Amino acid sequence: MKHDPVDVLIIGAGASGAAVAWSLADTKMHILCLDQGGWMNPSEYPSTGRDWEAKFYGDWSTSPNIRGRPEDYPVNDDNSPIKVVNFNGVGGSTVMYTAHWPRLHPSDFKVKTLDGVADDWPIDYDALTPFFEENDRIMGVSGLSGDPLSPLTHPPMPPQPLGLSGPLIGKAMNKLGWHWWPSDTTVATMDYEGRARCINLGHCTPACAQGAKASTDITYWPHAIRAGVELKTHCRVREILTNKDGMASGVVYYDKDGVEQFQPAEVVIIACNGVGTPRLLLNSVSGRFPNGLANSSGLVGKNLMFHPYAQIYGFVKEPTDSNRAPPTCLWSKEFYDTDLSRGFVRGYGIQFGRGAGPVFEAVASEQKGILPWGADHHRVFRKLNGHRLAVSAICEDLPEEHNRVTLDPVLKDSHGIPAPKIDYTISENSRKMMEHGLARGREILETAGATDICINDPIPWGGWHLLGTARMGTDPARSVVNEWGRSHDVKNLFIVDGSVFVTSGGVNPTSTIQAIALYVADQMKQRLANLFD
Amino acid sequence: MSAANELTSAQRDDLRTVAAMIIPASDEYKVPGADDPAIQADMLATLGRDTALVTQALDHLARLAGQPLAELDSARRDAVAIEFRATGGAAAATLVRVVLQCYYRDDRVLRSLGLELRAPFPKGYALEQGDWSLLDPVKARPSTLRHAR
Repeated sequence: MKHDPVDVLIIGAGASGAAVAWSLADTKMHILCLDQGGWMNPSEYPSTGRDWEAKFYGDWSTSPNIRGRPEDYPVNDDNSPIKVVNFNGVGGSTVMYTAHWPRLHPSDFKVKTLDGVADDWPIDYDALTPFFEENDRIMGVSGLSGDPLSPLTHPPMPPQPLGLSGPLIGKAMNKLGWHWWPSDTTVATMDYEGRARCINLGHCTPACAQGAKASTDITYWPHAIRAGVELKTHCRVREILTNKDGMASGVVYYDKDGVEQFQPAEVVIIACNGVGTPRLLLNSVSGRFPNGLANSSGLVGKNLMFHPYAQIYGFVKEPTDSNRAPPTCLWSKEFYDTDLSRGFVRGYGIQFGRGAGPVFEAVASEQKGILPWGADHHRVFRKLNGHRLAVSAICEDLPEEHNRVTLDPVLKDSHGIPAPKIDYTISENSRKMMEHGLARGREILETAGATDICINDPIPWGGWHLLGTARMGTDPARSVVNEWGRSHDVKNLFIVDGSVFVTSGGVNPTSTIQAIALYVADQMKQRLANLFD
Repeated sequence: MSAANELTSAQRDDLRTVAAMIIPASDEYKVPGADDPAIQADMLATLGRDTALVTQALDHLARLAGQPLAELDSARRDAVAIEFRATGGAAAATLVRVVLQCYYRDDRVLRSLGLELRAPFPKGYALEQGDWSLLDPVKARPSTLRHAR
């Protein structure tokens, strides 16, 4: 079935799709967004039930392969030590994230110039500054301005309390003379724009029943829809079609009943994340684009960057916040910048964990062999439960073409669309960085008095950050989109998600992803008269 | 079909026996073991998507034991348990996780741990501010943000 054409078609209603939809709404163009998932129902979120922890291992797993909701697509990540995690639905992975909210540093945009590795971005931090600020206001950020080792931010809400865990970490970091700071988060610490303040449900990652954690279904989307943007749910796009002029003509998708539809569009914007976007482009083959759409560089799907997480945790005598607080509250940038004496280039941020709930503690500790079977189980569990502190080094992954997303020749989703296949190895540089992070983490934990120290190296289900697979650049031979997000090959096709990252930095990327989406939308609005030139 | 009907009687017996080996009852902490009838009923009622792997784990356990687990002497039972955990892979891990996740939501167990018998929402939890003066030395640090030029 063919529909009336729209001016702008956005694929994906997550972090970047919502932001670009909201920003373009003031053009009064006819904007339609298609998402493969549906609207969320907070009354069904895990923290509303007594089995809240058990759900994390099944219906509310961060892994689409474990979760297996109808909205999910499978991912073949057998050939990767880091497994892809995401969420599919209105809000995308902002429904299922920790709300930790650092942004890339100015130096992250100039890694070739400063450190001689990878490539510089074609844009700099200053170009994104107004969009970081606007995004922080709309998402609703809490934090403390003035961090001496981070870019200056102006969070509209005060920081989360330090609680019980924060001072234990702070004292240890002060003894070591190392930087720490309360993290910016998208957890509302006061009533904000229709969102209720955080009441410390603790189980932030698999969705916030209180609505205190910002996800785009409750931040951007209500504004965008009021401004006239149309959002159709349970519509999974199979491919983007092109016309005889080599322009995108629209998309083929399956509607909620599984019926194939064609939606024509003047402009197509992809916002499907660093795995979903290359999957869609590689599946959009034609005579003119035999290697996939927008892929004359051959770089679609290549240069996948994950952020390997090196996590170390231990148990202190004092009680920690356990599951009675948002899981992250502090960061450190002590080892963020390059110091070649450490044996690697670039660096990592640290995010600290406040603790865990009883089921998670029991399961994790039994697997690590520190919680025994038998009579001593009870004594040991009482020593561990409610006493965990965690340190995670979020390591900057540099782009390498052999780390890539391709189409799996066998595995398909429920509509018969080829699933993405991940081939990824942790580089020698990242490995050294992880070892450094674990060693420093051990020092922090031991200074805090922790024992029974365990590591996750890497966190296996830690592929939250999906970056680099349709990189931005000025050279069409070395990049997929230009410096304002437009495909070099298809002049009415734009990409606004983490695929466009040139390098990954050492911080969680969602703030920067959304700032880029707002920046691209702004560039489009400034160029409406000659958008396709 | 409920998991209670999907597991054979022998499998349910072995599940109960191995659960008690993981977490036995304790007079000291005034808690039941994981073989407690209510906790076992919770496991069987909520196995759901874990049924296949738990069944696989119980089949592995039965092969190692060669007879009902409960009928082995304690030394042999312990040896089987060690072998089961070492060689059982994802299936064994799933069985253990099912035991733990049902045990650590039982009212009697949570009460013994001093935890409230409720879901986190809607009451939530109070979180103290903590000592913000700890941040003073960090605030006194000069800004060393690396410049891009």
